[in-house]
Amino acid sequence: MVAESSTKTISVTLRVWRQAGPSQPGKFVEYQAKNLNPNMSFLEMLDVVNDELTVKGEEPIAFAHDCREGICGTCSLVIDGKPHGPHRAVASCQTYVRSFADGAVITVEPFRAKPFPVIKDLITERSALDKIQQAGGFISVRTGAAPDANSIPVAKDVAELAMDAAQCIGCGACVAACKNASAMLFVAAKVSHLGLLPQGQVERGRRVLAMVRKMDELGFGSCTNQYECSAACPKLVSHDFIARMNRDYISALVHETFAPASPTMSGGA
Amino acid sequence: MAQLDSKIPSGPLADKWRKHKVESKLVNPANKRKYEILVVGAGLAGSSAAATLAELGYKVKCFVFHDSPRRAHSISAQGGINAAKNYQNDGDSVYRLFYDTIKGGDYRSREANVHRLAEVSVNIIDQCAAQGVPFAREYGGLLANRSFGGAQVSRTFYARGQTGQQLLLGAYSALSRMIGAGGVELFSNEEMSDLVVINGHAKGIITRNLNTGQIRRWSGDAVILATGGYGNVYNLSTYARQSNATAIWRAYKRGACFANPCFTQIHPTCIPVSGDYQSKLTLMSESLRNDGRIWVPKRKEDCKKDPGTIAEDDRDYYLERMYPSFGNLAPRDISSRAAKRVCDEGRGVGETGLGVYLDFSDAINRLGENVVRERYGNLFDIYHEITNENGYKTPMRIYPAMHYTMGGLWVDYNLMSNVPGLYVLGEANFSDHGANRLGASALMQGLADGYFVIPNTIGDYLAGQKPGSRPPADAPEFKQAEDNVRSIISRLLSVPGKEPVSHYHKRLGQIMWTYCGMARTKEGLEKALQEIPKLREEFWANVKVPGSEATLNQSLERACRVADFFELGELLCLDALTREESCGSHFREEYQYPNGECKRDDEKFAHAAAWEYQGEGKPPLRNIEPLNYESVKMSVRNYK
Repeated sequence: MVAESSTKTISVTLRVWRQAGPSQPGKFVEYQAKNLNPNMSFLEMLDVVNDELTVKGEEPIAFAHDCREGICGTCSLVIDGKPHGPHRAVASCQTYVRSFADGAVITVEPFRAKPFPVIKDLITERSALDKIQQAGGFISVRTGAAPDANSIPVAKDVAELAMDAAQCIGCGACVAACKNASAMLFVAAKVSHLGLLPQGQVERGRRVLAMVRKMDELGFGSCTNQYECSAACPKLVSHDFIARMNRDYISALVHETFAPASPTMSGGA
Repeated sequence: MAQLDSKIPSGPLADKWRKHKVESKLVNPANKRKYEILVVGAGLAGSSAAATLAELGYKVKCFVFHDSPRRAHSISAQGGINAAKNYQNDGDSVYRLFYDTIKGGDYRSREANVHRLAEVSVNIIDQCAAQGVPFAREYGGLLANRSFGGAQVSRTFYARGQTGQQLLLGAYSALSRMIGAGGVELFSNEEMSDLVVINGHAKGIITRNLNTGQIRRWSGDAVILATGGYGNVYNLSTYARQSNATAIWRAYKRGACFANPCFTQIHPTCIPVSGDYQSKLTLMSESLRNDGRIWVPKRKEDCKKDPGTIAEDDRDYYLERMYPSFGNLAPRDISSRAAKRVCDEGRGVGETGLGVYLDFSDAINRLGENVVRERYGNLFDIYHEITNENGYKTPMRIYPAMHYTMGGLWVDYNLMSNVPGLYVLGEANFSDHGANRLGASALMQGLADGYFVIPNTIGDYLAGQKPGSRPPADAPEFKQAEDNVRSIISRLLSVPGKEPVSHYHKRLGQIMWTYCGMARTKEGLEKALQEIPKLREEFWANVKVPGSEATLNQSLERACRVADFFELGELLCLDALTREESCGSHFREEYQYPNGECKRDDEKFAHAAAWEYQGEGKPPLRNIEPLNYESVKMSVRNYK
């Protein structure tokens, strides 16, 4: 268990957002992280800084993390102004020290968006995303009531596209990257994943209306087509899905508005 | 002494489950809403159980320490989920999946449970497909399969390298639907800290809110633990950093037996350790072994050379050599030990010498880089991110790492522990994988337990509990349990120590890995049993836990978990010492055949060892549940 002997260490200065609680004011505090192995992950660097703070009797930096392999969506740092840091297609936990120059000053902040209040330091409350899912992000199928899996064929390209959307890890970087704090990419990913599949057709209209309305109600902003969301997405979920969701939304809204009561009318549009 | 009645139904193996469902008591639909079930954990087992029980009409409260149920560590499973669909027409059947799982577990699992698992596996795939899980498809639109270790048929369903994520999101969507419908109340950031047992029955839990520090009492008619495994006792593992054993450990200290703690799985294909700052190890899915070939140089002096310069004749494809019929798809325990053996011989590669090559050059020549990329692209990406190396151009380096725990709380056929009213699902229980789990079987078990087993077995217990009879949360047992939680927390915060928790977790992990890892000996385990209590004493005298209990305090969270790992680690080593045989992942060097394979002792050890807590400072009691094989003949595992 030794560090790679051939690698040179690097040292950086961290400017970290510290905030004791949701209603307390926050501020940046500087820490030195010295002689780091470049193969260390960004979060491992914070572990080391935290152990040093603990030994000194100071409170360590609170930051959210869990799987540390880019899939659980827990980690949520804004590094030098970018959600999940400088690299495309990775989460904060997959950012490595080797991406920074020796002597660099690195600013570390929590995801910033009105629907994501800060709980402490770099940790925010993201349960708003769960609430959108609960409003309609599912196919209603009671356990035990499913037909044989191969009785519902799905064309390979459709399944692949649905999978592209389904990759969303629910981290909220899209919201943090958007100047409007819009959750359109997150919602579009779920709406598209389920709306593309034959199993999801029955509730397609209901789903998109319910999810979009819940998103609006929770204070997320609107999309103004800047695509910062997909650029920050650790799974590169495409903003094309937003266009897809908008089509679904308009179609469901028209359907709801003009064909409410009479089943004979609703078929004609 | 605990009463261990496995409640295995009588009759022929293939009829047991059907018969048991018919014979179990039911709860009247109008009465279901009068029962409150506390589900702890929301991974595959917890979410699927909570959603399904709510669909049935029970009132469910679901507790997760994560900020969202979607973050549970089931999400990290990469490779796939097994099911006996036989869509490939390659000779698969419920019996074959059952047999492979029993054999893979080295004849240390319960026959009836495993057969049921194989039976319901087919329903799981139907359920998940109907929920919209985007499984891989063939061009005709039907489901695709791939092979996994320990099987000679292709029965693994998958969604790229993210099967666990997609299955969990399916279960999470079912859970979300029931939350929205009011059937499940969700409590996030809420960690279970103790179990409340009243008149011998599990009737509540104590939780600590990780954001506010608030400690709360919850009363219920039954408690379901689906809190995962305890592999983080080794510190470095493929588990998520927060994965912990506190819920099952506190239940153990309240009387639930802990079965086979020494059955811990080391996964053969992980990215090797690179430095002492390391916080976790990352798995490279076993599915890579479908197309990757594992080798080390034949000669020690070649180990530091560029692998591309080592001639074909100078490479030792040791799995293909030792196990010609299973080759690179030999089961996990066997592949891990083989890797350890070649590294111990001095033929390991990489800076530390603790690594073997996983080489795709043959597959790339045969199929083209694009096909390999399509199959495993995201795994190559992960490898590149971590190591800064390109696995398409140069062989990956891998080494075994702690990955899964087959042991867990003892449960009967109904998945109820020996404490009535306490159910244990998924990785947290012990029953289905014996001494070694086959790849793609953990997802299957988690979902089998949650979607199909518990909804059919919990009624039998609840039918005997009067509706509305659950005790109030001001019962003295609740106060006692809450006081216990508060006293652990205040003790930890008041230690006038100097070292951070991580310091002790690392040292505990080193003891566990050195003496109770891939190969174990009597001397080593005795040494571990001396060192762990010493280190634990030092932890309680010198750990430094900053901050207060009344706020979000990650140091305190980890300190509570590590305090439990110290106790669990000791039990794990004691179990390993007492089991004087080798079986599956439990390899005692004293018990092996001349070729290095596991030598079981079916005379003395064809049983589950279920440890019972006897109180602070007293040795635990070792109960046994004999394993009777009615249908399968116990034999020496052979993968040659």
